[in-house]
Amino acid sequence: MAGGQTLVPLLNFRLAAPSILVDINEIEGLDGIELRDDGLNLGALVRWHQIEASRTIQAANPLLSEAIKHIAHYQIRNRGTWAGSCAHADPAAEFPAVAIVSGARFGVYSTRQRRTIEAHDFFVGSLTTVLEPDEILTDVTFPAWPAGRRWAFEEFSLRPGDFAIAGVATLIDGLGDAVSCRLVCFGVGEKPSRLTNAEGIIASEGLARNAIARAAAAAAVEVDAQTDIHASADYRHALVEVLVERTVLCAAGLESPQ
Amino acid sequence: MSNVRIKVSVNGNVVEHAVESRLTAVDFLRHELRLTGTHVGCEHGVCGACTVIVEGKAVRSCLMFAAQLDGKQVVTVEGLSPEDGELSPLQAAFHKHHALQCGFCTPGMLATAHAFLLEESAPTAERVRDVISGNICRCTGYVGIVDAILEASSHYRKPS
Repeated sequence: MAGGQTLVPLLNFRLAAPSILVDINEIEGLDGIELRDDGLNLGALVRWHQIEASRTIQAANPLLSEAIKHIAHYQIRNRGTWAGSCAHADPAAEFPAVAIVSGARFGVYSTRQRRTIEAHDFFVGSLTTVLEPDEILTDVTFPAWPAGRRWAFEEFSLRPGDFAIAGVATLIDGLGDAVSCRLVCFGVGEKPSRLTNAEGIIASEGLARNAIARAAAAAAVEVDAQTDIHASADYRHALVEVLVERTVLCAAGLESPQ
Repeated sequence: MSNVRIKVSVNGNVVEHAVESRLTAVDFLRHELRLTGTHVGCEHGVCGACTVIVEGKAVRSCLMFAAQLDGKQVVTVEGLSPEDGELSPLQAAFHKHHALQCGFCTPGMLATAHAFLLEESAPTAERVRDVISGNICRCTGYVGIVDAILEASSHYRKPS
């Protein structure tokens, strides 16, 4: 247990009843925010409010700073951690999407081995990751932010702090013929996912408005959306199209963030 | 089985207790220390009624265990006003602006607002609404609550 903001509700409702619960809060050295040669490194006990307030992170990964504002409420952000969110793997969580779109790598530890897992390979499905029962997350590394990178983050929820019904994190690198785009949506299907067809359209057709509209339409088709009490799959498909178009337009400087 | 010994500062008083590892912080405060100002609402972190201040941060005491308070400084609603019974400036502002009706959410509102104003003593109304959105009031609405917090904020500013 790190922040306990998801696990303790499950315990309180008797939905989980582990015979042993290990609290990692008193382990030293897990709460660092560091700029290293290989990028921005966050320890497993870094809490949302620390990310929110960190000027280092604002400079090293502004997309991450923006995404944190959408996570839960003030009091929850005072306690919750990114590592808890990732180990829990709620499909509507923001951090996993930012980790995937940024090409982040998770540090994982057990008494058997230490290993590194790409964020893209970490999330298996709803509430499921590749972590073995004896493994814990220890840190995450975001690769250095390239010069000239453009970004946008949008999510749709019924109220601020609620679970996302759909969200999109977008990065654009390069100019003209060399433009490339990375798109990850979350809250839509079983896990956060890259929108590779839409990315391909931007890479081949560039950042003209009609190309962006075609990419958004492709994103809506390629994504695997779920129906739940909050929204139908059709509604989520439509949201993905709107959010992809909006984030790419914003990142490209063609529209202002809403 | 009371199997964890903890030593915790609550409202400036250091207490030592043996607690069950399974005991939540809010049940510890209410049942063991009889500090019943902190309320138990939803017990899953949504309503904010149980908000207390741990190491300067407003947190949900239903989502922490008593064992995790070991060595920590805790402030509950009982610790906001002086012992002689005078209302703190924040509490007085709640009184003035009718910032409560049934009062069930009020201890959590006050704990959140106190910790928040110690961090940010010149907030905008929008920022106050964002922060207080983590505390659910279902009777009176938030207008008086936001007004009270904004008025009390001047008492948290350091004299320039």
